[in-house]
Amino acid sequence: MMTGLAACSAGGGGESAEEVDSLTIIAANSPWTEGIKPLAKQYEEETGIKVNIEAYGNEQLNDTFKVKLNASSADFDIMAYQVQDVMREFSRNGWLEDMTEYVESDDDWNWSDFQQSARDAVTLDDVVYGVPVMTERHIVYYRSDLLEAAGIDVPVTLDDLEAAAAELNDPANGFYGIAMRGQRVPAVTQFSSFLYSFGGDFQDDEGNATIDSKEAIEAYEFYGNLLAEYGPPGSTNMGWIEASAIFAQGNAAFYLDADSQAYTFLDPTKSAVVDTVDYASFPEGPAGSLPYNIVPQTVGINAFSEKKDAAWDFIEWVTNQENTTSLLADATVPVARESAWEDETATASFPAGLVEIVRNIGASSVGHDRPQLEQVARSREFVGGPIITAIEGGDVAASAKDANAQFQDLLDSENR
Amino acid sequence: MSRVSGATSAPPRFTPRKGFSEWFDRNLKWIFTTPAVLFVALLIAFPIGYTVYLSLTNAQGSVTRPSDFVGLDNYVYWLTDTERFWPAVGRTAYFTLMALGLELVFGLAIAMLLRKTFRGQGFVRVLILLPLVATPVAVGMMWLLIFEPSIGFANTVMGWLNLPDQGWLSDKDQALNTVIFIDVWQWTPMIVLIALAGLSTLSDEPDEAARVDGANAWQRFRHITLPLLIPTLGAAAILRAIDALKTFDILYATKGRGGGSSHEVETLNILAYGESFEYSQYGSASALLMLFFMLIVIVLATLAILRKKGTRV
Repeated sequence: MMTGLAACSAGGGGESAEEVDSLTIIAANSPWTEGIKPLAKQYEEETGIKVNIEAYGNEQLNDTFKVKLNASSADFDIMAYQVQDVMREFSRNGWLEDMTEYVESDDDWNWSDFQQSARDAVTLDDVVYGVPVMTERHIVYYRSDLLEAAGIDVPVTLDDLEAAAAELNDPANGFYGIAMRGQRVPAVTQFSSFLYSFGGDFQDDEGNATIDSKEAIEAYEFYGNLLAEYGPPGSTNMGWIEASAIFAQGNAAFYLDADSQAYTFLDPTKSAVVDTVDYASFPEGPAGSLPYNIVPQTVGINAFSEKKDAAWDFIEWVTNQENTTSLLADATVPVARESAWEDETATASFPAGLVEIVRNIGASSVGHDRPQLEQVARSREFVGGPIITAIEGGDVAASAKDANAQFQDLLDSENR
Repeated sequence: MSRVSGATSAPPRFTPRKGFSEWFDRNLKWIFTTPAVLFVALLIAFPIGYTVYLSLTNAQGSVTRPSDFVGLDNYVYWLTDTERFWPAVGRTAYFTLMALGLELVFGLAIAMLLRKTFRGQGFVRVLILLPLVATPVAVGMMWLLIFEPSIGFANTVMGWLNLPDQGWLSDKDQALNTVIFIDVWQWTPMIVLIALAGLSTLSDEPDEAARVDGANAWQRFRHITLPLLIPTLGAAAILRAIDALKTFDILYATKGRGGGSSHEVETLNILAYGESFEYSQYGSASALLMLFFMLIVIVLATLAILRKKGTRV
C-alpha cells in the first residue's frame, strides 16, 4: 500500500493530487512558517491546490495536536512539529505517518542532502517521521559595541563569559551582564549545552538518569550563578520571549539562546540592538564547547489525513533544493539542507558571523537538547528543578539528587 | 393519495390525530422533558461517565491507545502525592478563601458607597464595572507587564513611595498573593453589581425605624442592612466561590504551565491541565479532575447549608 502511494507521488503530482483542492498545515509560529506563506501562494497558482496555514505558539500547538488527534481528526493534513518533544509519543500513538518510503522515493529531491544530524533527529527505530525544515544551535548573542568599549575580547571559555558578564553588569542602571531563560521547564533546553560542555548529559548510554553527576552539579551551579549574579531580577519567570526582550531593548550585554532567534534582533521595530548585536560560538567548558544542534521544526503527515499523497507532494515541493535555498536567502530560515548553506548568494542575507558558526559547528555539537524519552514534558519538570535551586542559591547537590531519582523513576516506568 | 382526496370531509380522518393528541396529552411530561434529558445525558452525563471510566485506567498518550484497568490506583497516587497534589489543594483553598473574602468585603463596601445617588453616578458605576468585562487573559497580560520587576509600573510606584522593589509575580513567595490581588481587582465588581441589586430591593422602613431609635450609621449597617442582605451576598459568594475554585486563565496567563518555576501558583485546575495536555496522562488527569469535582461539590454543599442557616436567622 505504502509503496503504491509513494510510487504514485513520485510520478510528479500523481492522480490523487488532482482530486485534492486544498491542504491544511498546522504549524508553530516560526520563521519557517512565515517563510512558506508566499511559497504556499505560489503553489496554489501552479497547482490549483489551496494551502491553508494555521500557526500556533509552541504550547498551544501541542495542545491542538493532542485535541485533534485524540479524536482521529482528518481536518488537517500536514503537521509541523517539534521532534524532540512529541515524536516518540505521537508515533507510539499512531498519529504520524511513516514517511520512510516517501523521502527515499525521489533521487532528484535528494534526501541525503539534508544534514546527517537532522536526518537522524527525525528517525526513530529506522522509521522516518518527517522532513526537517529548520535547524537550531545554541549560540552567544553579544553587544559588540559594549565589549569593544570595555576592551573585552569575545568570550572563548565559559569562565571568560562569566568574567565579561560580571564586568558589564550594572543593575543600578537597569543593565545586566547576561539574559537567559530561568523558568523551570523552558530553561532545560538552554541549560543542556552547559551540561554537555561541563562533561555531563541527561542520560548515559544505557538511558539511565545522570543529572546528579559531579559534572551536572557543576553545570547547574554555574548556570544558576550566572543568572543570580549577573542576570535580570525575576529570571525564574523568564522563557525565551522575556529574556530575549531584555537583550533586544539593549538592557543586557549577553544573551545565550537558539540562533533561530537572530531575526528578532534584526527587526528595527522590535530591537534596539540591530547594529550592535554580534554572534559567537558557544563558549568552551571543561569538556570543550558542546552546544546542542537540533531540529526544532519537522514537517510530517497526519496519519488520519485522507490526502496523504497530496500532502507529500506539497512537502516535497516546499522542501526541494530551490525552495529551501530561497527560504534561507529570503526568509533567513536556518534550513537543514547542506547545499543551501554552501550557496554563497543564499547565505548573503544571513549575518556573516552566524553563517560561520553554522558551517563550523560540525562534530562538536550534541543532537539533543532535552532528555530522550516519551514523557519529555514531565522529565523537564524534574531536570529543571536544580536550575531553580541554583538560581535561588539553594543546595544544588541535594536538589540534583532528588531530581535524578524522580527522573530515573519516570524512565523506569516507561521501560516497564 | 386517493384516500386523502376522498376523505376531505370524512370524520374518520381525525381519529388517528385524536389518538395521537390523547397520547401526547398523556405523556406530556415525558415529551417535554426528553430534549432536556437527552441534552443532559449527551453533554453532561456522558463526559462525566467517560472521565470516571478513564480515571480507572492508565490511559496515556492517546485515548485510543490500549490501556489497562488499574482500579483506584490513580486516586491513591494523588491522595498520597505530597509534592504536587496536596500543595495544590492548599493553594486552591487559600486562593479561593482570600479572593472570595476580599471581594465580598470590598464589593459590599463599594456597593454601600454607590448606593446613594450622586452626580456622575452612572460614569463611576461604569468605571468600576470595567474590569469585569475585560478578558481574563488580557487582564493577566496587562498585570504581568505592570508587575514586571525591572520595567513594570508597580515597582516605579514603589520607587515614588521610597519602598524597595518587589519581585511580585516573579517572586515565588509573592506570586500567589499577587494573583489573588489580580483576581480581586477583576471580580470585585461582580460582587458590587449583585450587592447593589440586593440593596435596591431593601425597603427603607427598618432603616428609618432604627434611625428614629437613635442607631448610628455603623449600627444600622451591622444590624439592619447586613442581615437583610445576607441572602443576596450568599448567592454572590456561591457563584464567586465556584468561579474562584476553577480559576485558570489569570493563573495560566501570568505564570504559565505548572504555575511557575516552583509551582507557586499551581492550583488543582492548573495541575490537571498539565497532567492531561502537557504530560498526556489521561488516566491520572481524569482521577484528579474527579477529586476536584468532588471538592467543588463539597464546598458548594457547605455554602448552600450555611446560606440556609443564614436565611433562617
